[in-house]
Amino acid sequence: MAEGTEAEGLVFHPMDQFVVKPLFGGDTIAWHTPTNVTLWMAVAVVCVILLFVVGTGRRAVVPGRVQSVAELGYSFIRKMVEDVAGHDGLKYFPYVLTLFLFIVFSNFLGLIPGAFTTTSHIAVTAVMALLVFVSVTVIGFVKNGAGFLSLFWISAAPLPLRPVLALIEIISYFVRPVSHSIRLAGNMMAGHAVIKVFAAFAPLILFSSLGFLVTPLAILAIVAMYALEMLVCFIQAYVFSILTCVYLRDALHPHH
Amino acid sequence: MATETEAAGAAEHAAGAAGHAAQSVGMPQLDISTFPNQIFWLLVTLVVIWLIVSRVIIPRIGGILDDRAGRIAADIAAAEALKEKAVEAEKAYTAALAEARSQAAAIVAKAREEIRADLDKATAMADAEIAARTAESEKRIAEIRASAMASVTEVATETTVAILGALGVSADAKGVAAAVAARIRG
Repeated sequence: MAEGTEAEGLVFHPMDQFVVKPLFGGDTIAWHTPTNVTLWMAVAVVCVILLFVVGTGRRAVVPGRVQSVAELGYSFIRKMVEDVAGHDGLKYFPYVLTLFLFIVFSNFLGLIPGAFTTTSHIAVTAVMALLVFVSVTVIGFVKNGAGFLSLFWISAAPLPLRPVLALIEIISYFVRPVSHSIRLAGNMMAGHAVIKVFAAFAPLILFSSLGFLVTPLAILAIVAMYALEMLVCFIQAYVFSILTCVYLRDALHPHH
Repeated sequence: MATETEAAGAAEHAAGAAGHAAQSVGMPQLDISTFPNQIFWLLVTLVVIWLIVSRVIIPRIGGILDDRAGRIAADIAAAEALKEKAVEAEKAYTAALAEARSQAAAIVAKAREEIRADLDKATAMADAEIAARTAESEKRIAEIRASAMASVTEVATETTVAILGALGVSADAKGVAAAVAARIRG
């Protein structure tokens, strides 16, 4: 990086991968324009269909590999909903499964080099978090009426503390969609950007003798980050779904 | 993130000739003009996935898992029934074996009894024959003894007559015989 001319050979555009572009040319992005967002969301849908619809097509009693994976995913989320949200939370299992499948496939598809990670966009995760927030709040009031407000009135605490705690609880309740959405988008964006930064260092060997040291390190770092990102991709999808279940449990059983 | 963004921005300024000026404003995530587009396609995608989940995935995989659970329960019940049958069969086998054993013992006892009876009969017959033979032998011995005695008397008489003759005594044969007979009888 010390020599100016050689440094110009390295191109740092770690955020370019997140740019929303029209698929079929043109500059304007209207609400209906097919963009790379459309493409990668469609790929996610195709993956869901391949794994869960085509893969389970034989309805085998003794499952094959693909069907096993599909059953594993199904049972995993179903058990999570039942354990966390309770038995009456199973009614909302389809919605949680929908969110989980979308997020997990979008996250992993984003790891394909050159792919666009839809879940790295705050617009996408915020809409999902707001959907969860609004639904959970509505469910809470419909199921419990005004009793839902007891979620904020902690009867286990000493009486003088309760108003203070109520204020804190209310603030934390309204912060939920923010943390819910930023956690996912932030994780996805940060990981992908870091990989891209390391990737930008990798071709240094073409310009500088310093590259003999930097390039292998950069490639090693990319591999390590990629492995970490695979973990993060799954964990973030899991965290998003389990938090949805936690919020659901609060809505169904607001009494502490 | 901020430092990375700045670094990216700085790098892009350095490589301005590459034609990425449009993207160098900052995070594409904060470009509000793309939000309606993303939100629209997200909602479309979520609805499509939800339709697939609720119409296909949940009924199908739920059905598969239920089928499997039912099948396993049925198989376990069948195995239980078969096990019970096996236990019963073993019981019947044991009973049959015990019966066969007792029958065999009875047959052995009966055979032993018969053999003993036969043996006793044969022994009795043999004893009777031995007794008969003994009696016959004794009879013959008596006969032989009697005949021998007669011979002794005769010889003694003749000898006595001969001795008396040699001594010059003529003896009456009848008297000698009577005397010998008396002497033998003692």
